[in-house]
Amino acid sequence: MPKRTDIKKILLIGSGPIVIGQACEFDYSGTQACKVLRQDGYEIVLVNSNPATIMTDPEFADKTYIEPITPDIVTKIIAKERPDAILPTLGGQTALNTAVALADAGVLEKYGVEMIGAGIESIKKAEDRSLFKQAMEQIGCEVPFSGFAYSLEDADKLVEEIGFPVVIRPSFTMGGAGGGIAYNVKEFNEIIADGLMLSPTDEVLVEESVLGWKEYELEVMRDNNDNAVIVCSIENLDPMGVHTGDSITVAPAQTLTDKEYQEMRDAALSIMKEIGVATGGSNIQFAVDPATGRRVVIEMNPRVSRSSALASKATGFPIAKIAAQLAVGYTLDEIVNDITRETPACFEPSIDYVVVKMPRWTFEKFPDTDETLTTKMKSVGEAMAIGRTFKEALQKVIRSLEIGRFGLGADGQDDIVMSELERKLSVANQDRIFYIRAALVAGMSVEKISSLSGIDPWFVSQIAEIVAIEQELAGTSLVEFDHPLMRRAKRAGFSDVQLAHLSGSDELAVRSRRKELEVIPTFKTVDTCAAEFEAYTPYYYSTYETEDEVRESDRPKVMILGGGPNRIGQGIEFDYCCVHAAFALKEDDFETIMVNCNPETVSTDYDTSDRLYFEPLTFEDVMNIIDREQPVGVIVQFGGQTPLKLARALEEAGVQVLGTSPDSIDLAEDRRRFGALLEELGIPQADNGTARSYDEAMAVAGRIGYPLLVRPSYVLGGRAMELVYSAEMLEGYMVSAVNASPEHPILIDKFLEGAIEVDVDALCDGLQVFVAGVMEHIEEAGIHSGDSACAMPPFTLSDRTLVKIKDYTVQLAQAVNVVGLLNIQFAVKDEAVYVIEVNPRASRTVPFVSKAIGVPLAKNAARVMAGRLLKDLALDIPTHINYTSVKEAVLPFDRFPGVDTMLGPEMRSTGEVMGVADSFGVAYAKSQLASGLHLPAGGRIFISVCDKDKRSIQMVARQLADLDYKLAATKGTAAVIMKAGIAVDEVVKVTEGRPNVVDMIINNEVHLVINTPWGRGPRADGHQIRMTAAAHGITCVTTMSAAQALVQGLQAVRDDEITVKPLQQHYRDNAALSTAPATTAGMPEIVDLAAEKAGETIAK
Amino acid sequence: MRTALLALEDGTIYEGLSYGAPGEVNGEIVFNTSMSGYQEIITDPSYAGQIVTMTYPMIGNYGVNQEDYESARPQANGFVVREGVRAYSNYRASGGLEPWLKDHGIVGIEEIDTRALTKRIRTAGVLRGVISTEDQSGESLVAKARRAPLLLGQGLVGQVTTNEEYLVGDGPIRVTAVDYGAKRSIMDLLVASGCRVRVVPATADVEQILADDPDGVFLSNGPGDPSEVESAIDVIRLLLGKKPVFGICLGHQLLCRALGAKTYKLKFGHRGGNQPVKNLATGRVEITSQNHGYAVDPETLPKNVDTTHVNLNDLTNEGVRCREIPAFSVQYHPEASPGPHDSRYLFDDFVALIKEGAVSA
Repeated sequence: MPKRTDIKKILLIGSGPIVIGQACEFDYSGTQACKVLRQDGYEIVLVNSNPATIMTDPEFADKTYIEPITPDIVTKIIAKERPDAILPTLGGQTALNTAVALADAGVLEKYGVEMIGAGIESIKKAEDRSLFKQAMEQIGCEVPFSGFAYSLEDADKLVEEIGFPVVIRPSFTMGGAGGGIAYNVKEFNEIIADGLMLSPTDEVLVEESVLGWKEYELEVMRDNNDNAVIVCSIENLDPMGVHTGDSITVAPAQTLTDKEYQEMRDAALSIMKEIGVATGGSNIQFAVDPATGRRVVIEMNPRVSRSSALASKATGFPIAKIAAQLAVGYTLDEIVNDITRETPACFEPSIDYVVVKMPRWTFEKFPDTDETLTTKMKSVGEAMAIGRTFKEALQKVIRSLEIGRFGLGADGQDDIVMSELERKLSVANQDRIFYIRAALVAGMSVEKISSLSGIDPWFVSQIAEIVAIEQELAGTSLVEFDHPLMRRAKRAGFSDVQLAHLSGSDELAVRSRRKELEVIPTFKTVDTCAAEFEAYTPYYYSTYETEDEVRESDRPKVMILGGGPNRIGQGIEFDYCCVHAAFALKEDDFETIMVNCNPETVSTDYDTSDRLYFEPLTFEDVMNIIDREQPVGVIVQFGGQTPLKLARALEEAGVQVLGTSPDSIDLAEDRRRFGALLEELGIPQADNGTARSYDEAMAVAGRIGYPLLVRPSYVLGGRAMELVYSAEMLEGYMVSAVNASPEHPILIDKFLEGAIEVDVDALCDGLQVFVAGVMEHIEEAGIHSGDSACAMPPFTLSDRTLVKIKDYTVQLAQAVNVVGLLNIQFAVKDEAVYVIEVNPRASRTVPFVSKAIGVPLAKNAARVMAGRLLKDLALDIPTHINYTSVKEAVLPFDRFPGVDTMLGPEMRSTGEVMGVADSFGVAYAKSQLASGLHLPAGGRIFISVCDKDKRSIQMVARQLADLDYKLAATKGTAAVIMKAGIAVDEVVKVTEGRPNVVDMIINNEVHLVINTPWGRGPRADGHQIRMTAAAHGITCVTTMSAAQALVQGLQAVRDDEITVKPLQQHYRDNAALSTAPATTAGMPEIVDLAAEKAGETIAK
Repeated sequence: MRTALLALEDGTIYEGLSYGAPGEVNGEIVFNTSMSGYQEIITDPSYAGQIVTMTYPMIGNYGVNQEDYESARPQANGFVVREGVRAYSNYRASGGLEPWLKDHGIVGIEEIDTRALTKRIRTAGVLRGVISTEDQSGESLVAKARRAPLLLGQGLVGQVTTNEEYLVGDGPIRVTAVDYGAKRSIMDLLVASGCRVRVVPATADVEQILADDPDGVFLSNGPGDPSEVESAIDVIRLLLGKKPVFGICLGHQLLCRALGAKTYKLKFGHRGGNQPVKNLATGRVEITSQNHGYAVDPETLPKNVDTTHVNLNDLTNEGVRCREIPAFSVQYHPEASPGPHDSRYLFDDFVALIKEGAVSA
């Protein structure tokens, strides 16, 4: 059947901010859908609150609503746009839940909107665990023995029948939130209580444990003509009990005979049919008893998922794109396979390589949390690698992870506690794979390791083969390496760094020896069909074989290095920038080469760049591609810290780094050089010093005085950064938090308490500087910029300050010789402007600024880096911006119970949202709603602030009282509020008796919490309040400035001022403004560099 | 580790390691894109005379077992893999693949760039080749490859068919299956559909086939060029109209030739478990298991024979049905093994055809 012509306008729901369990895979899927549906002539209305996505670029949809994805707001969009259909299967669980809510509320019916991709019945059948269980029984598919509980009593009865351990799964939650495995009554009661609360339907499944069984996933697509295909099978290395998002997974399935695989396939197809998914893709999980082969169905996602993104990248089959086409009525046999161009998409990919995916965790950011891996996903990102064997792919994926490792051990980084060996094998944790190696080295048998870990002996044997080669290589000097030995090592995935460690040499020596021996990688194509047909898509991976498949080309090539796996501090924003670089340079007739290893991203989509290399971002792997492709230049400044770290080494290897030179990057990052530069320019900086030892640190502290901001040098995302208020705290930091050494100095800054932080993103071509965005932070200095909300244009800064900020920006761009993007952080205190840091690279805020001003910053930066000038780019820059854009961070505290939600200098947010509106209050309110906070229109607000905030709380309290909120406060705060003549109930502190504030939160008597802590001192009270609030989904504001902004937001909510407007309309309305702006100080502007100096820059 | 060489008639030489039995074998080199099912593939009699390359690089992961045989022994002449996996894991496994190959004298080679080899076959077409662990001279092996017999003229069917008639199953429907190199799972599925199957040798004449007045006749798969099995075609011609006939793979080609159509050799054939076939009657696409190097030319089919199935990759013929007589056949393998089960309904169709005939008679 050809595409449907009865629908013309489609509303696509995105997935909102990046959170654990829902990362940039949904930007990838949504972007594919937008592209293909628009090509097909449909009008696309998009809603997504995440500005760092490619899909929210205004050219990807007809109407782009950067608005909160809540049923209320989406209802407003539907009322305004009147779409014919809503497509909810490409935006993760967020989109699916929103669509279900809209259907249940009758909104879809009222406005005549058809749900496409999956029907409401199918969604409910798949997502509601009791309906799903019934459906499976109907078609004879076995599920684990289980029952549903709607209360603790129900649950107790069930567990009596089933026996421990049991698995608990709440209905309708994402990434396994609220679920877990209970081994005893205590754990059981806790998890059940949690699960019942988190499930929107107050329903949890209590299930027979299939812990230790083998876990498989199938990616299925089905069309409305009952054609169905399995795109990919995935086998989890970690057995059942570890969330698939936290498991090492392998494609295709390795240890199933064809008989077992085909039976699983039959089951998957009948499940698709029974659930009724008839126009899209789904993911179905199975568990298999390794002893008997008994197979049970675990769950089904009736939508595109993280595994779909993985399956797409693993096979070359574009699941999201095809799912979108199926949703509008095409059948699989009508869609052509892009890669072969002649065969249809109605087939099952055959792959001739092995794919391994490994999760990336960031437990170091949440030191108080339990690192055990369970059914609740905790990883924040993932890397994927392709090799011709499992051994090769496994070693490649480890070095793709950005954890400082260069393969499965043997890289000089092994940190194994032998006394922990058995525990680390039997309890799933992020280092388990390294402990398997250690156990093998220590002589433990494959059988023993397998029985301790539950990991199939096949995988352990493969690892044993890696270890055997390692042991054979150990101690072999480089000159003793001959061609066969070197080739064997490389074919097993050993990196040059590992070989250097094993041979007592260094990486560059191994590299040159390897080249001398002519052991160089070949690049093979990912083609969906195991070479049966010719492939037209240059999607490559490296391996050591005989034939190389890279196509020759005479066009000048530019290589863009991506950002690797998502983690806190390095997320989708950098992928966004890399994708923009590829788009812009493609338009400028360069042949673009993308290198990245993150399967969730748009950058690793095969049609984003001209050539895609799915490879680790290490010096060795990148240089191998450079050797083969000979690009005219490489862009390292867009992918965040990962590629930036390679800049020096690449330059030393003779590679042309485009844009700002590695030396300039170093100038900005080296404190000593940078300090000297600021002094020369006369730009102020907070007093600071560098300490290489404990004594030096004390000396610096003595000189500049407390409070201090301390951190190790060369970190991203504020790793191990802390505020220090006393010598005692500094001592603690120096002793426990970090090991200062001459190689790893500690940076110490005077902390400007109460200062306003400002971020600036700019673009410089050596002649001019485009100051694109001046963002005023809402939280005061001291909170990591990545965790802080900010607004554009600035809302409290004086013109004088803004002029100074722009002036410093221009001076610094010139002095650092920036060619490309530049981000500067300032602190403003009492009209004085201090520079905090300068980053001559793409920053986290580039996508936000681009959307806030309607000028694609990264695209233009790529052009400038490739040699074009700003004046030739003819940028259409708004001279005045009449609306406010607010960026808010989204924090993962719900995943890490026990962690204090208080913000600090160490970044912990996983994603961000944007709120756009004509007024600050509404924009701020939108940003809060989009980040998942509830803004109660009435009810009781609890306030407890530290002494320094007691004065400013009066104003806030008065405004809240005027908005008819009831107030409650602890003794000290209540006294201050009452003094201002405002009614407030006094509540006892946690330490003062009961019922206290924590009881009130639990009893739902508090609807919002304002709690500001002071420093990091004893924090028992505040800590408990914040944790309880977080656990009960109560918004908790921890800074005074955020409280002030929130008041404006609450006012907007109460007055129901929240209206929706697409980005395109904001731009049009703004351009149509006829009145001359009162001031342009905080607005985007292009400024010429000082003439004599500009010439100098160019000459350099 | 013993080195081994693989030489092709076009002069290409690949160096690898001995895998399975040592020795020297020749044959037509073909590739199979199934990611699982190597035991079924190696024991499929249709691979007689051929050296099979697996495109999936890790082979042997789940060992071999007692059940997944498609005939009593390995049938392929030789076996080419990227990595022969020694440590296997599966609850049904009875042993490793390599020792099993060794026990059965199957000569193989590993550590081969099987993707390069596959592309070579894809561009050059089917090639003859030699695997040797004995002769270390590439030049000499290339010469041997060029002298190796073509599939045609080897009488491959005669080598793999049963010598003796035998019975399987005890269902109410009596079917005579002509074994040109039949896969075991076809018989299993006929039995599962309610048939009692009398399997007769490829050389059986009409009398032998109809000896017990069967309800239907099944024409099996088998190796080689259909034009070589002229005597079988004559026999089939005599059966047409007398009994309902169902053919698979070589059986399909033979039926079509008996109906007057021509067959031709494909450049490199279809071998794998992911081939899309459209059922023209229902419009549905089946993902099918295939293993054939020859195809029926649909242009040469008589007017009273309909094309029922088409391969969506290259639009070649995948199935026919006679309008006037009860006979149909498919080029692909509805019994799968290895491969997807999408087309098992064809066995029911055969039974239905038999029952229809019984009613109208």
